[in-house]
Amino acid sequence: MTKEINGLSVDVDAEGYLADPKQWTKELATGLAKEEGIELSDQHWAIIEFIRKDGAENGTAPNIRRITKIGGFPTKELYNLFPGGPAKKAAKIAGYQKPHGCI
Amino acid sequence: MTTDAIKKISIIASKGSLEGIYPALILANGARAEGIEATLFFTFFGLDAILDKRLDHMKVATVGNPGMHIPTLIGALPGMSALATHMMEKKIEKLDFPGIREFIEMISDAGCDIYACKASVDMFELKKEDFCKQVSDIITVGDFFEKSAGAKIIFT
Repeated sequence: MTKEINGLSVDVDAEGYLADPKQWTKELATGLAKEEGIELSDQHWAIIEFIRKDGAENGTAPNIRRITKIGGFPTKELYNLFPGGPAKKAAKIAGYQKPHGCI
Repeated sequence: MTTDAIKKISIIASKGSLEGIYPALILANGARAEGIEATLFFTFFGLDAILDKRLDHMKVATVGNPGMHIPTLIGALPGMSALATHMMEKKIEKLDFPGIREFIEMISDAGCDIYACKASVDMFELKKEDFCKQVSDIITVGDFFEKSAGAKIIFT
């Protein structure tokens, strides 16, 4: 289905995740973050940039452990910046589907 | 989200084997990742997973474990548990799952409170210093229920 986010029309799934990560733009990220009640700071952007880069290389968004281990962002910081489910929320804002897997 | 979505869980970890401890850790970590409040309570042999000297050396049970598909007498042979443990550790690494120490750190950093059971601590004659630093406190069963107010309780 198509949805209007921050004045831009994009395809999203039933949970509001972008259907195609290639449609992602920074303006969309700001809009998606607002939906999650998050105002994006420089710290948020650094994590989003990592997810974009890692996601482009692997085809899926990294999980929390990967964002911490490979990206170098401490777990505590992730939970503070994206309260109530950091991997899911950060992936959504970065234009990816939520990470699969149990860790 | 529906109104009956889980908001809080309390997990009891009572098993002292490698295969017995992962479910509790995966549940606690997964809950936090979903924004669910979580408490981990270690009791009896489960304490091994938070004992600083023991947590890096947890073993797979090869005796009394039908899931291993090894006859009990064979499972009891010297080195069988070490072999099974080695195989499982390799599997865990291949799946890119964290080891016990890293997992406990992750869970603690994710905001899950970790406690040790007082009755078991007394029984095994342990002290607060024997535990890894992520353990917040040694608490009684009464404290456990108090901290679990409004939570779903999961026994593993």
